[in-house]
Amino acid sequence: MTILAPAPEDTAPAQAPQAAFRPARRTPLHSPGFCLALGAVAVVALAAVAPGLLAHQDPLEIHLAESFDAPSLQHPFGTDQSGRDVYSRVVHGAGQSLVIGLGATAIGLLGALALGLAGGLGGRFADVAVTRVIEVLYAFPGILLALILIAVYGNSAMTQMVAVGVASMPGYARMVRGQVLSVKGSLYVEAARSLGHSPLRILLRTILPNTFRPLTVLITLGIGQAIVWAAALGFLGMGVQPPTAEWGAMLNAGRNYIQMAWWMDFFPGITIVLFTLSLTVIGRHLQRATDSGAAR
Amino acid sequence: MTVHTRDETASASAVGGAAPATAPGVVPPLDPTAGSDPAPGSDPAPGSGAGTQRPGSRWRALARRAASQLGSAVLLLWAVATIVFFLQHMVPGDPALAILGGASSNPPPETVQAVREQYGFDQPLLVQYAAFLGGLVQLDLGESYTMKESVVTVIGEQIVPTLQLTASALVLAWVIALTLTLVSAGRSGLAGRIGSSIEVVFAALPHFWLGVVLLVVFAVVLQWLPVVDGGPLGLILPAATLGIPLGGFLAQVTRDEFDAALRQPFVLSARSRGATLHDVRWRHVLRHAALPGIALSGWGLGSLISGAVVVEVIFSRQGIGQVLVSAVTSQDLPLVVGVTFVVALVYVVANLLTDLAYVAVDPRLRASIGRAS
Repeated sequence: MTILAPAPEDTAPAQAPQAAFRPARRTPLHSPGFCLALGAVAVVALAAVAPGLLAHQDPLEIHLAESFDAPSLQHPFGTDQSGRDVYSRVVHGAGQSLVIGLGATAIGLLGALALGLAGGLGGRFADVAVTRVIEVLYAFPGILLALILIAVYGNSAMTQMVAVGVASMPGYARMVRGQVLSVKGSLYVEAARSLGHSPLRILLRTILPNTFRPLTVLITLGIGQAIVWAAALGFLGMGVQPPTAEWGAMLNAGRNYIQMAWWMDFFPGITIVLFTLSLTVIGRHLQRATDSGAAR
Repeated sequence: MTVHTRDETASASAVGGAAPATAPGVVPPLDPTAGSDPAPGSDPAPGSGAGTQRPGSRWRALARRAASQLGSAVLLLWAVATIVFFLQHMVPGDPALAILGGASSNPPPETVQAVREQYGFDQPLLVQYAAFLGGLVQLDLGESYTMKESVVTVIGEQIVPTLQLTASALVLAWVIALTLTLVSAGRSGLAGRIGSSIEVVFAALPHFWLGVVLLVVFAVVLQWLPVVDGGPLGLILPAATLGIPLGGFLAQVTRDEFDAALRQPFVLSARSRGATLHDVRWRHVLRHAALPGIALSGWGLGSLISGAVVVEVIFSRQGIGQVLVSAVTSQDLPLVVGVTFVVALVYVVANLLTDLAYVAVDPRLRASIGRAS
C-alpha cells in the first residue's frame, strides 16, 4: 500500500528567497501533469456519481459462457469467473470505494480534530496525555489497527470504513495538534483576543480555519491513502462482500485466479494506483502553490 | 519512546545550526569519542558549552537517554497491551460461544460453562486483566481459540520468515533510495525530473497491486522465479513488492534533504579545497541526506510488517501476516492480540534502535545531549 509519511507537524513555508524574483507566477494549471491528474480524478468522480454514463453493461449480470474472457473489444478489461464485465464493475465500484475512502477520512479527521484540539488548547497536562495517546496509536503500524477492529467488531463494510478511519487518525492528530499549537501562539489570535472576541468565537472563526487550511494538502493525500488501505482490507477478504462491485472486493475475488486471469486484479488495481497517484500529484502541486504563495 | 518524523529530524538538524558541528567538509568519524568537540564558533546556539564537555560525561548522557527511552518504551508497551486487552473484551457476544464454534453451533450449557472456567471468563474483568499482564511478563500470550495451541508457539514458528522478508525489503528500499538520490538528486533538468517522478510512482504503488503484477510478469509469464515460496529465490518477489514503495518514499525524503544539504556552506568549502562534485555528493552530502531516512527506518519497518500481511497472502508465504489474516477472519482474538503485541514490540524496539543509531551517527545531536544534561 502507499506510504504516507508521518507528516510534518508544522507546515512552515519552505525558504525560497529567489521565489520573490520570479517574473510570472505559474499556476498549477500550467502543468500538464496537474491537468492530467485533475482529469483522472474527474473521471472517477463521474463514475461514482453516474456510472451509467461510462459503462453500459450490468456489473452484476452473469454470463457463465463468457467467464474468464481475456480483455477484448467487447470486454476491454476482460470478464471474471462468472462472466461479468470487469470494466463495468470497475466503473460501478467507484462509488462505493469513494464513499468508503471519504467516510474513513472524515472519521479519521473528526477523531484527530478532537484529539488535536484537546492537546493544543487543553493546557500542559492534556497536551502530554494527547501526545502519549498518539504515540501509542502509532505503535499499531499501518492497517494493523484496522485489522484488530475488524477482528473485534466483525467483518462488514461499515467496520471496514470505521477501521480505516481510526487507523488514519494518529497521523492527522499529530498534524492538527502541531498546527493548533502554532496557530494559538500567532499574532492574529492575540489580536482577536485583545479585540475582546469570546473564546468560542476565536476557536471557531480564527483557530479552526487557520488550522485546517494548511491541512487540505495532506487531506488530499490522505484520501488516497484511505482508499488504498480499504482496498488492501478488501483484498484480504474484509469489508464489502462479493458480488457487490467494489474495488477491494474485486481484488479479493481476482486473487484466487491470478495465474489464469490476471486482468481480474490488474484493472481494479491500476485504477486505484492511477487515482491515488493523481491525488498525490494534485496535492504536491497545491503544496508548491501555497508554499510559493506564502513566501511572497 | 520517540517516533522520529520529519519535523523532529528537521529540528534535530537545526540543533547544530546552519553549519555541521564538525569541521566543514570533514566526514564526521563514527567513533563517538573522537571528534565530538564541535569546532569553536561553528555552533551558533546561545549558551553553547559543548566545547567544554568531556567525552565521558557525554557517554553518560547517552546512557541516561537510552535508559529513559527504555522506560518510556516499556510504558508504551503496557499501554498497547491495555488497549488490546480491553478491545478484546468489547467483542459483542459470549467469547465461550466463539471458541465452541459460534452461536449457531448451539453447545450444551455445561460445555459452555466448562470453557468459561477454562479460559477464566467467569472471573471479574480486572482479575483477567491482571492475569493477562502477568502472562505477558512471562511471555505467555494465552491460547489460540482455533489452533488450540499456545499463541507464543504459533508466533515463534511464524515470525522468522516475516522478519526475513521485512529485513530484506528494508535493505532493498535503502538501495533504491540511495541509488535514486545519488543518480538524480540535486541535478537540474531531465535526470532530476525523471528521478523524482520514479520516486512518486514507486511510493504510490500499493502492495496488493505491485505484488500481483510482479507475480504475473516474473513467475507466470517469464517463469524466471518460483510462483510460491521456494527458498531464497522465492524471497525476491515478495521483498521487491514490499521494498519498492518504501524505497520510493525514503528516496523522496532523502532527496529533499540532499537538495538542502547541497546548499550548505560546507559544500562550497569542500569544492574550493578541490574536491570533485562526485566526491562531495558521495562523501559529504549523502551523509546529511541519509539522516532523516535513518530516523524513519524504524517507522518504515512498522509499515513493512503491516505490508507483509498483504504480501504474504499474495505469495502464499508463511509468516505472522498470514496468521493474522486467518485469525482476524475467524475472530481468534488471543492470536490477533498476540500478533499485534509482538508487532508493536518489534516496532518499539526498532524505533529505539534507530533513535540510538541516529544519535551515534549525528555528532551534532550527541553534542546537544551532552549540553542538555
